[in-house]
Amino acid sequence: MAQQHGRGHGARGGFQKPKDLGRTVARLMGYLTQKKWPLLIVLACLLGSVLTNIAGSSYINLVIINNIAGGVYASPAGLAADVGKLLAIYAVGWVCTYAQSGIMVQLAQRGTNRLRRELFDHMQTLPLSYFDRHTHGELMSRFTNDADNVQMALEQSVVSLLSSVLMFTGTVLVMLVVSPLLFLVSALTLGATFLVFKVFGGRSRRYYQKQQADLGAVNGNIQETIEGLKVIKAFTHEGAAKDLFATLNESYRASATAANFYSTAIMPIAMNIMNIGYALTAAFGGVLSIVMGLPLGSFTLYLNYCRQVGQPMNQISQQLTTILSALAGAERIFECMDEKSEVDEGFVTLVPVVRDGQGRMAPAPEGAHVHEWAWKVPDNGRFVLTRAVKDETDALTECPEGTEGAMWAWKYPHEDDPACGLHRIRGDVQREAGYVLAQLTGAVRLKNVDFSYVPEKQILHDVTVFANPGQKIAFVGSTGAGKTTITNLVNRFYEIQDGVITYGGIDVKAIKKDDLRRSLGAVLQDTHLFTGTVMDNIRYGRLEASDADCVEAAKIAGADSFIRRLPQGYQTMVTGDGANLSQGQRQLLGIARAAVADPPVMILDEATSSIDTRTERIIQKGMDALMEGRTVFVIAHRLSTVRNSNAIMVLEGGRIIERGDHDDLIAQKGRYYQLYTGGAELE
Amino acid sequence: MLKKLFPYMGGYKHLALITPLLMILEVACELALPRFMAGIVDVGVAQGDLGYILKMGGVMLALAVCSMLCGMLGAKFAAMVGQGFGANLRRGIYNKIQEFSFADIDRFSSASLITRITNDVNAVQMMVTMALRMLVRAPVMLAAALAVAVSINGELAVVMLVTIPLLVIAIAVLMTMCNRLFQVLQKRIDALNGTIQENLVAIRVVKAFVREGYEKTKFKVSNDALTKAAVNVDMRVIAMVPIMMMAMNGATAAVLYLGGGQVLGGSMLIGDLSSFITYIFQILMSVMVLGMSLLQLSRSIACARRINEVLDTQPSITDGPLSPADLPQARGQVEFKNVDFKYDVGGTGENVLSGIDLTIRPGEFIAVVGGTGTGKSSLVNLIPRFYDVSGGAVLLDGVDVRDYPLEELRGRIGMVLQNNVLFTGTIRENLLWGRPDATEEEMLQAARDAQAYDFVMAFPDGFDTQLTQGGTNVSGGQKQRLCIARAMLRHPAVLILDDSTSAVDTATDARIQASFKRNLAGTTVILIAQRISSVLSADRILVLDDGKIVDVGAHDELLARCGIYQEIYQSQQEGVQE
Repeated sequence: MAQQHGRGHGARGGFQKPKDLGRTVARLMGYLTQKKWPLLIVLACLLGSVLTNIAGSSYINLVIINNIAGGVYASPAGLAADVGKLLAIYAVGWVCTYAQSGIMVQLAQRGTNRLRRELFDHMQTLPLSYFDRHTHGELMSRFTNDADNVQMALEQSVVSLLSSVLMFTGTVLVMLVVSPLLFLVSALTLGATFLVFKVFGGRSRRYYQKQQADLGAVNGNIQETIEGLKVIKAFTHEGAAKDLFATLNESYRASATAANFYSTAIMPIAMNIMNIGYALTAAFGGVLSIVMGLPLGSFTLYLNYCRQVGQPMNQISQQLTTILSALAGAERIFECMDEKSEVDEGFVTLVPVVRDGQGRMAPAPEGAHVHEWAWKVPDNGRFVLTRAVKDETDALTECPEGTEGAMWAWKYPHEDDPACGLHRIRGDVQREAGYVLAQLTGAVRLKNVDFSYVPEKQILHDVTVFANPGQKIAFVGSTGAGKTTITNLVNRFYEIQDGVITYGGIDVKAIKKDDLRRSLGAVLQDTHLFTGTVMDNIRYGRLEASDADCVEAAKIAGADSFIRRLPQGYQTMVTGDGANLSQGQRQLLGIARAAVADPPVMILDEATSSIDTRTERIIQKGMDALMEGRTVFVIAHRLSTVRNSNAIMVLEGGRIIERGDHDDLIAQKGRYYQLYTGGAELE
Repeated sequence: MLKKLFPYMGGYKHLALITPLLMILEVACELALPRFMAGIVDVGVAQGDLGYILKMGGVMLALAVCSMLCGMLGAKFAAMVGQGFGANLRRGIYNKIQEFSFADIDRFSSASLITRITNDVNAVQMMVTMALRMLVRAPVMLAAALAVAVSINGELAVVMLVTIPLLVIAIAVLMTMCNRLFQVLQKRIDALNGTIQENLVAIRVVKAFVREGYEKTKFKVSNDALTKAAVNVDMRVIAMVPIMMMAMNGATAAVLYLGGGQVLGGSMLIGDLSSFITYIFQILMSVMVLGMSLLQLSRSIACARRINEVLDTQPSITDGPLSPADLPQARGQVEFKNVDFKYDVGGTGENVLSGIDLTIRPGEFIAVVGGTGTGKSSLVNLIPRFYDVSGGAVLLDGVDVRDYPLEELRGRIGMVLQNNVLFTGTIRENLLWGRPDATEEEMLQAARDAQAYDFVMAFPDGFDTQLTQGGTNVSGGQKQRLCIARAMLRHPAVLILDDSTSAVDTATDARIQASFKRNLAGTTVILIAQRISSVLSADRILVLDDGKIVDVGAHDELLARCGIYQEIYQSQQEGVQE
C-alpha cells in the first residue's frame, strides 16, 4: 500500500544511481538511528511477522494434511483447539506488523523532518552565488521530490525490503528442507524470474530516463508557450506552436509507452513464470509422490510455498528501485548540505548605545529601539586605534597623542593587508577595557575594488567611491554597467577579489556579517513580499517594531494612503509575492520596510522604478525625510531621481568614468550630460 | 464527465476493448490452476494415476503460458492505450488553448491552464491505464474466484460472504478518516512549499535584513506542522495491512475449522479444502484492489471535470466574416469610434475605457502617456483584437477589426507587449518569429534598428546564441530590444510598443527612437511610454486619464494647455531648466 503524498509533480528523483552508495546510506541511517531501541523493536517485530507468516502456512498444512487427513482428531474440539492456535500465531503477526510499521512511520517522519530542517537551515547560510548558480525549481525539488523519496523509502521500503529478503530466504530454506528434489524445478523458475526482472527492469529504467527527458521537454514547452501565449497570438504563431507541441508530444508518447510496458509487464510475466513453475512442480511432485513416495503433506506444503515465493521477489525488485532513487535524492540533499557557508571571520560587532549625561556611550538595554549604534572593536591586533593628522596632500600620517588637529584613525599595520595604512574615524571613539567603541556614522569607502562573479569575466575594475556620513551617492549607467554589483559588495553579498571596502574605517571583512547587514537598509530592484499581512511585511524590516512604527514608516514611504484603501487596510493579506498589488505598490511597501528598519546607511536600488513619475514626486518628501541624515546609495535609471545627490558616479563597463555632483557633470558635458539631455546627439 | 473524453481514445478504441478481454482470459487461466492442482492431489496422487498427473500437469503448463501471453499483451496494449489517450488529450487541450482569446486566458490563468494540461491529464491517463487493467481484472477475479469457491463448497463460501462486507466496511471507515486528514496534509505541504519558495525567491531580502533566524523559525513551524499531519495520516494508512491480514487470516481459520469438520465428516475432499484456502487470498485481494481503484476513479473525475472546462470553452474571439480578398490594402490607419471597454464583459465592473474617439493616420507616430491604470495598454490591445470592445468599434484601414480573419488582422500589426517573452531557441529563431521568410540581411537590419545588433554580436555565438526558457540569460533591457527587433522584422503596417523600453537606458532609448523615425517612415507607430523623452518626437501625444482621452496634441501644445501632461513633464524635468 504505497501512499504517495503527491508533492509537486514531474520528475521523481529518477533512476540515477547514487554515486557513493556506502557513505550516503551511512549518513542517511544517522537520521533514523538517533535512538537505538526503537530500531531494535522494529527488527524484532519484523522477524516476528516474517516467522509467523511462514509458520502460519506450515501450520495450516500440518492441520489439513497430517491431522485431518491423518485422522488425528477424535472430535471437532481437537480441530477447534488447533485452529485457535493458528489464530494465535496470526495475531502475533498482526501486532508485529502494525507495531513495526507504526514505529517506522514515527522514525521516518522525524528523520525527514530533521533532514528538511537541517537542509533549510544550511541553505540560509549559503552565499548568494550559490543561489545564482541554481534555479529555484532545482532547490525546491531538494525539499519536495528528493526529501519525499527519502521519506517514502525510510518509511516503507527499507523495512519492506528487509522483510522481503527474510521472507524469500525463509521460504527458499523451507522449500529446500521439504523437498530438495522438487527445489530443482523451483530453482529453474526462480532463475528465469530473476532474468526477467533484470532484463525488463533494465529496459524499463532506460526508457524511463528517456521518458523523463521527453516529459521535461513537453512540460517545458507547455509552460513556455502558455505563459507566452499572448505573444504567440500577437505574432499569429499558433500553427507553428501546435506543430512543435505535436512533435514533442508524440516523442513523449512513444517513450512513455515503452517505459510503461516494460514496467507493467514485469508483474504478469514474473507471476506467470511462477505459475509455470507451479504447474511443473505439481506434475513433478505428483509423480514423485507416486514413484518415490514423497509424503502428501510435504507435497502440498511445497506447492503452497511455490505460489508464495514469487511475492517477495517482486517486492524486492520494486523496493530496490524506490530505495535507489531515494538514495540518489539523499545524495543531492547532502551535496547541498555540504556546500560551504558564507565566510564570516568578522569580529567587530554592532551594539546599540545610549549616551549618559557626559555624552559617553553605553550599551543600550536589550530590546530598546535606539537611533544610535556603535562598532565594538575588540583589541586583537588586526588593526589598532591611533591618532593621525592630515598632511598637505590630505593624506593621513600618524602622530603622537595631543598633537594639534589630530583625529582618530584605525591603523592597519600588516603590509600584506589590502587595507594596510591609516583610516580616518569620523564619529566619537571611546576606549573600554579590551575593546573600543566607535560611533557608527555611515562613512563607506570602496578603494580600488575589482570584482567578478566568475573568474573569466571581470565586472568591476578599480572602483573607488568615498561616501561620507549623510551623503547621497548615486550610480548611473547602462544596464550591466555594474551599479547593482557595487551595492552588493558593500553588504558582502559577494566577496571582492581585490581592493578594500571600509565602513567607519573598519574593513567590512572584519565586521560580523549579520551586524554589517543590519546597519545597511536595502530596497532592492525587485521587491519581494512574504505571505502575511501588509503590516507583517513592513515589520520584516525590524521585528520589534510596533504597529505605530510600521504605520509611520508607511507614511514616510507614501504607502499609507493606498494601504488604507485596501480591503482590510494594514491587515490585508499579501499572497503570492504580492500578486494582488501593483509593482509600484510593492515598491512602496519595500521602501516602508527599509524605513522601519531605520538603518544608518541605505541602499536604494531602482527603488522607485515602477512608480510613475507623478507619484514619485508625491512621495519625494517622504523619501527626502527617509534619506535625511543617512548615507544613501541610489541607483536609478531616471536621472530626476538622482540629480540632488552629493556625488554621482557614472559607470560604464564596470569602471567609473565620471564623478561629481549634478552641476559639475552637466558642466563637464560628458557622458552624464548626454544621458541627461537624452538627445540623439549620442549617435 | 469521463464520457466526454472518450473521443480522445482515437485509434486506440479497439485496443481499449481487447485489453480487458485479455485481462479476463489471464484471470481465468490463473484461477483455473489451483483447480487442476486439486485434481492432481485428489485424483492423481490418491489413485496413483501417473498418466492423469502428467496430463493435468500439461494442462496447467498450457494455462500458465497462455496466462503469461495474455498478461504481456494486456500490459502492452494498456500502455499503448493509456499513453496514446494521454497524448491525444494533451494535444487536444493544447490546440484548444491556442485558440483562446486573451480574455479566456485571463479567466483560467496560465498557471491553472498548465496544471490542467500536465497534472490533470496525467491523473486521467493513469486512471485509464488502471481502469483497463485493474477495474476489469479485480471484479472478474472477484466474481470468478467466488464462483469457483461456491462450486467447490457452497457452505464454506458463506464465510466469504461474511468477510467481504466486514473488510469493505473497515476499509471504508479507514479511508473516510484518512481522506479528511489527507486534505489537512495537502494544505500543510502547500504551506511548507510556499514558505520555501518565498524564501528562495526573496533570498536577497532575507540576507539584506539578516532574517535568516526568523526564516528558520518560520520554516520549523511549517515543517513540524507537516510532520504532525503526515504522522497522523500514515499511522492510519498503515493499519490497512494488518486489517487485510485479519480478514484473510480470520477467513482462513474459519474455513479451516468448518471445512476441516466437513472433511472429518466425509462430505469434503482434502484437496478441495486446500484449494479453497488458496482462493480466499484471491477473493479478498480483489476486494481491496477494487476499493482502491474506485477511490482513484473518484479522484480522477475531479481532474476530468477541470479538463472538460477547458475543452468546452468556446473561444470568445474568432475569425471575422471577410476573406483576405475582400480586405483593403494595408495602410495603417487606425480609428477608434466611441469605444467603451471593460474586462468583465456583461459584468457590473467599471469601464476601463470610455468614449474613445480617435483617428490615427497612416504613417503617423503617436504616443500615449498617462499614469498606471489609466487604460493605456487596454487601448492598444483592442487594435489586434486581443480583447473586443464593449461598445463602439475599432477600425483598421476602414474595416471593423471584428470583420478581419485574425491571422490577416494580426499580420498587419507588429506588437511589443509590456510583459514580453522570448522563447527557447536561438536568437535568430526568436527574431524570425516576426516573419519566418525574412532574409538574413533583413533580420540583421531589424536587430540593428532595435539597437540589439552590437550586444548580440558580443555573445560568443552571436545570433546563434541559445536563449534559455523565458530568456533569462539576457538582461531586461536586452530582452526588450530583441522583442522590438522581432516586431520590426515583421514590417507591419502598425507597430505598437507597450512601454517596451522601460528597462533600456535613456541613451539607448534615444537611439531606438531615432531609428523609428528613420526606418519606419511609412509605418504607423503607437508608442506607450513613461518617459517624456521617449515621446518628444511623436507627431501627436495622447494623454489618458481614468480611461478617457484628456487631450491630444504635439508636445509643445500639450505643455501649453494640458495640466496632467505638464505635471508628468515637470516630475521628470525638474532642474533641467534651472
